[in-house]
Amino acid sequence: MSILQRTACELVGSLRRGELSSAELTQACLDRIRAVDGQVGAFLRVDEQRALEQAEAIDQRRAKKQALGPLAGLPVAVKDVLCERGELTTCASRMLADFRPPYDSTVVAKLKAADAVLLGRTNMDEFAMGGSTENSAFQVTHNPWDLARTPGGSSGGSAACIAAGMTPLAIGTDTGGSIRQPAGLCGVVGMKPTYGRVSRYGLVAFASSLDQVGPMTHSVEDAALLVEVIAGHDPRDSTSLDEPVPQYSATVNEPLAGLRIGFAKEHFAEGLDAEVDQAVRAALEEYESLGAKVEEISLPHGKHGVATYYVIAPSEASSNLARYDGAHYGYRTDEQEMLIELAAQRKQLQAAGDQRGLDNLDSALVRMYRRTRAEGFGPEVKRRIMLGTYSLSAGYYDAYYLKALKVRRQIRQDYDRAFEKVDLIAGPITASPAFKLGEMTDDPLAMYLVDLYTVSANLAGIPGLCLPCGFTKAGLPIGLQLQARALDEERLLRGARMYEQATDWHKKRAPL
Amino acid sequence: MAITRQDVEKVALLARLQLSEAELATMSEQLAEIVGYVDHLAQVNTDGVEPMAHAIERSNVFRDDCVVESLPREEALAGAPHHDERGYLVPAVLGD
Repeated sequence: MSILQRTACELVGSLRRGELSSAELTQACLDRIRAVDGQVGAFLRVDEQRALEQAEAIDQRRAKKQALGPLAGLPVAVKDVLCERGELTTCASRMLADFRPPYDSTVVAKLKAADAVLLGRTNMDEFAMGGSTENSAFQVTHNPWDLARTPGGSSGGSAACIAAGMTPLAIGTDTGGSIRQPAGLCGVVGMKPTYGRVSRYGLVAFASSLDQVGPMTHSVEDAALLVEVIAGHDPRDSTSLDEPVPQYSATVNEPLAGLRIGFAKEHFAEGLDAEVDQAVRAALEEYESLGAKVEEISLPHGKHGVATYYVIAPSEASSNLARYDGAHYGYRTDEQEMLIELAAQRKQLQAAGDQRGLDNLDSALVRMYRRTRAEGFGPEVKRRIMLGTYSLSAGYYDAYYLKALKVRRQIRQDYDRAFEKVDLIAGPITASPAFKLGEMTDDPLAMYLVDLYTVSANLAGIPGLCLPCGFTKAGLPIGLQLQARALDEERLLRGARMYEQATDWHKKRAPL
Repeated sequence: MAITRQDVEKVALLARLQLSEAELATMSEQLAEIVGYVDHLAQVNTDGVEPMAHAIERSNVFRDDCVVESLPREEALAGAPHHDERGYLVPAVLGD
């Protein structure tokens, strides 16, 4: 087996025993990237020289028997939405194409402190808004299992680089499913921790009450290793939870006796692809044969999840993205052109004697804002800002935003009730496997509906994980989603690992 | 709730977005469709349910009131499209 087919945990062992150097491993990743990323397009930027320097430095420290972090020498790819001081952080947007943050995000700082090798930045939907990575301003990412299909989104680049064996570890972010859905569509493991489990300091904000950073890996064991490193209270993120981080990596291989698994009857309704239905049901049977008790539960408000999410997330986004105005950093429109346009319009209105028109004319500053944002943002981002602005505006706030917040609580209450009877909820991650590139670009609402199974976990703040549970006849991955109570990552990981160890899906690699 | 072109223009101004004619037309259609879909939330019975803005509800997260270093001026200005070493420069707020 090539080193690139091995899990991060296996590689850590080899690195520690001196069977493999980090420089060799990093070079193997870089070679693989050079060989296949032309077809996949997972990476926005790869810093070969820096990665090799980091790797060599770690090899030297290891040779001197110095203390090393838990990820020492392991290459990690990071979704281009987390700040790193002095390095480009673009969010796949023209608005931030040249943006270099003046500080490290907590997650990146923790990866560095753990001695990971930062390989490069992965492609994403612009500002994390999308479910296919097609909204990137820079490039398209292809699903390694079928290059004509999307890898999902918005963490499509991170999912694809794991699936194509370009790196053993990757970081994604999940606001409405953006780690779990691409993990499912790319046949890898992706986990969204409990809201507040991982610091959002330095994570470019999309929807502040929903965003979470999480691991994308080949195995649940690797996810446990990575999430343990990035989790923890951060005084610089006032929404981060002041709770100790359990040693997930130490317990992940311990099966759970007496595990109670629920499946929501609403998840198996019309619209679910027959092959997905079959694979997920087979997974439930596998859990039964492992000694778990499987029973039906109900999440009655789940069907309102997409609507609730597509009011709340765009509302929060409209506020968060107001900062991109061309004033302090990022893209600014061409001021000369703008002033010429202003002068021309003013002249025209004066000539026509249109005083009202003159009074309503956008000032230079407002014009700068409007043009900067029109030129810097892509269509999906604009759509969501518009949707959010509308939902929050006077006259609509109660009917949309406030209403959605109430349904949000009901969605959370459904979970609380279900978790009185079961410990984990299992079900599909998407209704269908990976769709073709371009299939949904003209139908934003259809794209939003793909999020049906994933948004509720973000709305409720609970953790969710997706792992492979089969393949369609056409060879496309099928994902199984597991959800757990807030702060119950340990049970979630152990429960997922039980299934993983009993099956072979996670060992399959894309034939690229 | 029908979304008129006027609504879209007003929202675009609030959002500080300049939309072209073509964009206005497409945006009106798409927003109408999406808002039409989320409108069904009006039918959900939420009597007696408090809004939940935050999934994990914490309150009054404070830090000690002590002075800490903030971003040095030159770093803060480093990414500015236009600055004069002291502050950010933007086109006129009022008048010309």
